[in-house]
Amino acid sequence: MAAHLKKRVYEEFTKVVQQQEEVATKKLRMTKPSKSAALHIDLCKATSPADALQYLLQFARKPVEAESVEGVVRILLEHYYKENDPSVRLKIASLLGLLSKTAGFSPDCIMDDAINILQNEKSHQVLAQLLDTLLAIGTKLPENQAIQMRLVDVACKHLTDTSHGVRNKCLQLLGNLGSLEKNVTKDAEGLAVRDVQKIIGDYFNDQDPRVRTAAIKAMLQLHERGLKLHQTIYNQACKLLSDDYEQVRSAAVQLIWVVSQLYPESIVPIPSSNEEIRLVDDAFGKICHMVSDGSWMVRVQAAKLLGSMEQVSSHFLEQTLDKKLMSDLRRKRTAHERAKELYSSGEFSSGRKWGDDAPKEEIDTGAVNLIESGACGAFVHGLEDEMYEVRIAAVEALCMLAQSSPSFAEKCLDFLVDMFNDEIEEVRLQSIHTMRKISNNITLREDQLDTVLAVLEDSSRDIREALHELLCCTNVSTKEGIHLALVELLKNLTKYPTDRDSIWKCLKFLGSRHPTLVLPLVPELLSTHPFFDTAEPDMDDPAYIAVLVLIFNAAKTCPTMPALFSDHTFRHYAYLRDSLSHLVPALRLPGRKLVSSGLSPNITPHEDPSHQFLQQSLERVYSLQHLDPQGTQELLEFTIRDLQRLGELQSELAGVADFSATYLRCQLLLIKIMEETYKMEFMYSGVENKSVVDPLFGMCEKFLQEVDFFQRCFIADLPHLQDSFVDRLLDLMPRLMTSKPAEVVKILQAMLRQSTFLHLPLPEQIHKASATIIEPAGESDNPLRFTSGLVVALDVDATLEHVQDPQNTVKVQVLYPDGQAQMIHPKPADFRNPGPGRHRLITQVFLSHTAWTEPCQVEVRLLLAYNSSSRIPKSPWIEGGEMSPQVETGIEGTIPFSKSVKVYIMPKPARR
Amino acid sequence: MPEIRVTPLGAGQDVGRSCILVSIAGKNVMLDCGMHMGFSDDRRFPDFSYITRSGRLTDFLDCVIISHFHLDHCGALPYFSEMVGYDGPIYMTQPTQAICPILLEDYRKIAVDKKGEANFFTSQMIKDCMKKVVAVHLHQTVQVDDELEIKAYYAGHVLGAAMFQIKVGSESVVYTVSGNLGHRKGCLVEEREEAPPHHHILCQGDYNMTPDRHLGAAWIDKCRPSLLITESTYATTIRDSKRCRERDFLKKVHETVERGGKVLIPVFALGRAQELCILLETFWERMDLKAPIYFSTGLTEKANHYYKLFIPWTNQKIRKTFVQRNMFEFKHIKAFDRAFADSPGPMVVFATPGMLHAGQSLQIFRKWAGNEKNMVIMPGYCVQGTVGHKILSGQRKLEMEGRQVVSPHLSLPALWIPLGWVEALGTTTCADGPHTAMLQLEVKMQVEYMSFSAHADAKGIMQLVGQAEPENVLLVHGEAKKMEFLKQKIEQEFRVNCYMPANGETVTLPTSPSIPVGISLGLLKREMAQGLLPDAKKPRLLHGTLIMKDSNFRLVSSEQALKELGLAEHQLRFTCRVHLHDTRKEQEMAMRVYNHLKSVLKDHCVQHLPDGSVTVESILVQAAAHSEDPGTKVLLVSWTYQDEELGSYLTSLLKKGLPQAS
Repeated sequence: MAAHLKKRVYEEFTKVVQQQEEVATKKLRMTKPSKSAALHIDLCKATSPADALQYLLQFARKPVEAESVEGVVRILLEHYYKENDPSVRLKIASLLGLLSKTAGFSPDCIMDDAINILQNEKSHQVLAQLLDTLLAIGTKLPENQAIQMRLVDVACKHLTDTSHGVRNKCLQLLGNLGSLEKNVTKDAEGLAVRDVQKIIGDYFNDQDPRVRTAAIKAMLQLHERGLKLHQTIYNQACKLLSDDYEQVRSAAVQLIWVVSQLYPESIVPIPSSNEEIRLVDDAFGKICHMVSDGSWMVRVQAAKLLGSMEQVSSHFLEQTLDKKLMSDLRRKRTAHERAKELYSSGEFSSGRKWGDDAPKEEIDTGAVNLIESGACGAFVHGLEDEMYEVRIAAVEALCMLAQSSPSFAEKCLDFLVDMFNDEIEEVRLQSIHTMRKISNNITLREDQLDTVLAVLEDSSRDIREALHELLCCTNVSTKEGIHLALVELLKNLTKYPTDRDSIWKCLKFLGSRHPTLVLPLVPELLSTHPFFDTAEPDMDDPAYIAVLVLIFNAAKTCPTMPALFSDHTFRHYAYLRDSLSHLVPALRLPGRKLVSSGLSPNITPHEDPSHQFLQQSLERVYSLQHLDPQGTQELLEFTIRDLQRLGELQSELAGVADFSATYLRCQLLLIKIMEETYKMEFMYSGVENKSVVDPLFGMCEKFLQEVDFFQRCFIADLPHLQDSFVDRLLDLMPRLMTSKPAEVVKILQAMLRQSTFLHLPLPEQIHKASATIIEPAGESDNPLRFTSGLVVALDVDATLEHVQDPQNTVKVQVLYPDGQAQMIHPKPADFRNPGPGRHRLITQVFLSHTAWTEPCQVEVRLLLAYNSSSRIPKSPWIEGGEMSPQVETGIEGTIPFSKSVKVYIMPKPARR
Repeated sequence: MPEIRVTPLGAGQDVGRSCILVSIAGKNVMLDCGMHMGFSDDRRFPDFSYITRSGRLTDFLDCVIISHFHLDHCGALPYFSEMVGYDGPIYMTQPTQAICPILLEDYRKIAVDKKGEANFFTSQMIKDCMKKVVAVHLHQTVQVDDELEIKAYYAGHVLGAAMFQIKVGSESVVYTVSGNLGHRKGCLVEEREEAPPHHHILCQGDYNMTPDRHLGAAWIDKCRPSLLITESTYATTIRDSKRCRERDFLKKVHETVERGGKVLIPVFALGRAQELCILLETFWERMDLKAPIYFSTGLTEKANHYYKLFIPWTNQKIRKTFVQRNMFEFKHIKAFDRAFADSPGPMVVFATPGMLHAGQSLQIFRKWAGNEKNMVIMPGYCVQGTVGHKILSGQRKLEMEGRQVVSPHLSLPALWIPLGWVEALGTTTCADGPHTAMLQLEVKMQVEYMSFSAHADAKGIMQLVGQAEPENVLLVHGEAKKMEFLKQKIEQEFRVNCYMPANGETVTLPTSPSIPVGISLGLLKREMAQGLLPDAKKPRLLHGTLIMKDSNFRLVSSEQALKELGLAEHQLRFTCRVHLHDTRKEQEMAMRVYNHLKSVLKDHCVQHLPDGSVTVESILVQAAAHSEDPGTKVLLVSWTYQDEELGSYLTSLLKKGLPQAS
């Protein structure tokens, strides 16, 4: 009975909510007339155009609700007819455009008026604005063919206007609304269909460059909306490439690119000869020519577009890297060619002799073409450009083209390597990244490798790390190359010790990629001697570890290598395999027990023993029938321990293992809670029934509400939860509703005990978000001294793995010894993305505190912010109406996900 | 007949002593006033008597323009202005204005103090000469007088190098002196007709089309001059990418320094020296190197000071970063002291002069030559007979006189040997000076050659010509043989005339004078309104009256012309009779004519009036019976003079007869 009563109350409560909402809507209605009326009054009050303009400006600052838009529009139009001042009319026209964009308002009702006032308007500026308004209306009603036709008609009529602004807008309108199909639908038959392309094409020759640009843009707009452009446009666009105005040329380059993508295989004649070539080749040549345009904006545009022209023939593509050198009319070889020759002749040095670049054979003067209309040398010019924007664009384009053509990749290598010495760091970085992306297609020659490795001394950390990344996936051709790389990396290590991890990782890949090249180097690297035992190297020396990482990774696929190891090497192996398991693979060592048999690369991940182990331990847990306290707890604890260890050993399984372990820990907690509640219930005497039962009523009530709510929200997801606790709970709902609290508790207890684990299907790829703070290293004994009350900047450098959207979620926390905590939100620009799934945070944290007597340590750590509501789809229950207050605001919080680093600081008292 | 006349007094089919006279629409301009470093007699300066024959220089010349501070472009200036006598304005950019007197003074010192020449200009003369200089900004249009205007464009090449556009009324020339258009150097004179017809000449001194570490690339807008005067030093050369050269250079220096060796780089004081400094400075910064870099004091220090000040004339990188740090404020490069040469440990030294023929660079070379760890890098060409040339050609044992090895005309600090000349100079032989007290020096240090030059190559020149779109091109500052090739290429690829006059030879370019005519807005608008869609491809016919008054041309509507001139309007009507064989009645005939015309002239307004006549616009067609032959009808066609076109068309149409009524 009591439950029944409560239910009533609950229903009534919901009613109250609805009433409140009604009140709210009423309020809206009350504001509606006042808004347009106020505007009307204001405009009538206005004595001068300036006044009216002020009122309109004020009005424009506030949003207008969808329902009241029409009223406002009427009033605006009324004033428009009366108004003599063009500036006020202009403002009204622009307001009309803004208003017609209001969501939920259908602007077709004002279109007639707009077209009407357009016909009587004299001022060019107002005309342009009105056309803009029409454009807004037209884009709002994309389905209405008739309206679109009408608008296109209006636009065509005003195309002959003398003002460029009006023509611009007309073209824009045509581009956005021009009909795509030739066939007219029936409702628009009254109006003649116009060939929009032809009309726009006519304005390619307009006297005003702004109009020419608008015409090209309109054409591009048509293309974007899905209209297939005619091939005839190509010739027109080519003529525009020599336009006097840069914006026209820039747009024309785009248009040519579009056409070349539409008709790549068409044949076009070469002027002044009988030959014909493919259109895409011709377009490529023309765009290449624009790479040496006078305006850098055009050059950037052209260089960028080159990258996406993949259908171009390889012959043309390779020309872009060829700038026929000559000196005094004699053919000269480029430095690249000379370097290659020297390399192949076995001599490794260049430029030693004066005149080794002396020109060779004579050139036929007639055959030299100084301005090639073709692609000749386009990238050579682009990469040497004055503006770094152009150089970056050229590097990007080079990258894209090289990815699609291995032979081109081979050829452009020399040029990319040269870019490693650019004066602007951004360009250097970009070219290193580019090289990494195409590194599957290429093998570095020794002299190229030499140049690449020279950059390792760069003082910029980004550059060095990008280079390490590049070396990870580079193919080296000789053992000398490997040796050179190792030597340079070790040099790098001594110069910049902070690069340690990155260098180790780099050597890991270098080793595993080139086992046969490393093999002959092993004795030298380990400095073993055939007869004498050599001194055992220091195990903690990062350089020695680096060498070992290289060798062990090479040994993985080279079974003969371990025979060359000395005793201590095996010991070191065991140590490193344990301490740096992500760098040192499992090896099949002679006479030793196998650490792990995951050696053969043929084994698929599912047959992989470690993976099997994971599966088995999870299955074991899932097979538990009851949440029986003792045995289960132990089993869970052991499994958790196993999984955690597995995660440490097998980096590729770390995500899965950690995830499962955490999940199991949750289960464990649940069991513990139950256990503790039993304790509360049965272990203590003197607990009055009342003090337990009274809150129980409330809790029961609440619980039932929640279950009810839960059921409604997740109705779609319920099938997934079959046979689980939830499923059964829902089955029992009718019974629970009518039961007394005590019974509810009883039923629930029984159910909980019976319920098994939720079998959590593991997704294929689970990655754990993690962060490592590289800097500050926390090893310094010198405190950071600063005057109290002022700030000191602390450089923080961290790598983030598998963090989604780090710009919004990663925060830095500083904990002061007095318990004060400070949260810092790094700027989005502080995050870099060196590779997929990896981010790098380089930021500055400002510390400040009152004066201390002693230096003390502050803790710095990274936090991952989360917002629970962002994960759950919102729509179902927000539309459903009743919002329960605790769900409305999603739970926000942070999880620390890096080890904290201690920084020694000392705020000194300010000196007086 | 208006014309442009160009006479090179120097640099015509030659390198050095750049001096070009341009007459354009009655204005005379002298472009550059340089010296020739190959001569030490009268021939070193241009022959100004060519001008003075016709009177004083000041009377003849309207202005002098100096493109940049290299002595082959400004070396004769004090002689010209103070000794020959010129009081008119001299135009140059600010960096040129700042650096030019330093170089002139240095040049004077060597000529007078070292070689003891008499009758040379004095320090005071240099100062007086500089007083006549007017500084111009980039892209600033300077009105020299009512008609003559000049405008400077960026040329690269060296700090402050500019190309100049010269405009007189309607004619223009562009001249480019040394510039960084890639690797281009040249002179470009152009003339052009523009919408308000203007002839202008674009004059290019040396320029460079590829940017380098401290200068940007030359740039010019599409000014379509009548004549473009361009340098052509590297007319037959296409350069390799600069990146390889830079990389090699840095690698060599780096390696030597790493193994503890010393690097000597002999340079000329200005231009390339700064380029190499920036290159090394940024490299040191990037690689975090500690070895010291030194720069010989004196001229270079002074010049560096100016480089610091003229940031807007440098390239993108320096311009963008100078707020944080001025790139010319070298962190790693310090002034050199004689004593440093003996200090142990690695170092890099820039020392003048560049060919190792005298001075500090030679002294250091002698100290360091014995050690195989050390290295000398020659960044430019060396003239035969110098130590630089010897070691580059592989000589390992040098005989040296006790104090210095000097060949006569190389005693000038080589800074005014612009690097572009180097090829030209290759053929010059110079006798080794008399050797006394021979000393054997064994060269164990490594010798490297590295070429850095800031002139545009053939491709660069073509690129610039393409950018400016001149009507004529004139080549200067290059060898005749090489020019020939470039001339042929330019004529072939741009289809413009190309000239290459020798010194003293005059090129005359006829220009079609373009006469600006003002048109009244009312007339223009009326004509615009009549037209259909604007079509750029078709010429349009416009009716109006041309009024010539006080050398002023105006096109106005005829009504307005009548009003202005106070004349009464007369109407001129043409009438024409067309005989047609037709037996039908007049009305019927008129009806047929009406129908016919209506079907043919769809664009025009054809009306059938109640009195039986037909009008097409203002043309009247009447049908009447022939007085003698009733079978023949006479069509009277009458039109005013204004409708001549339509009227005659109509007549010819009617003469063909009417179509048979179906």
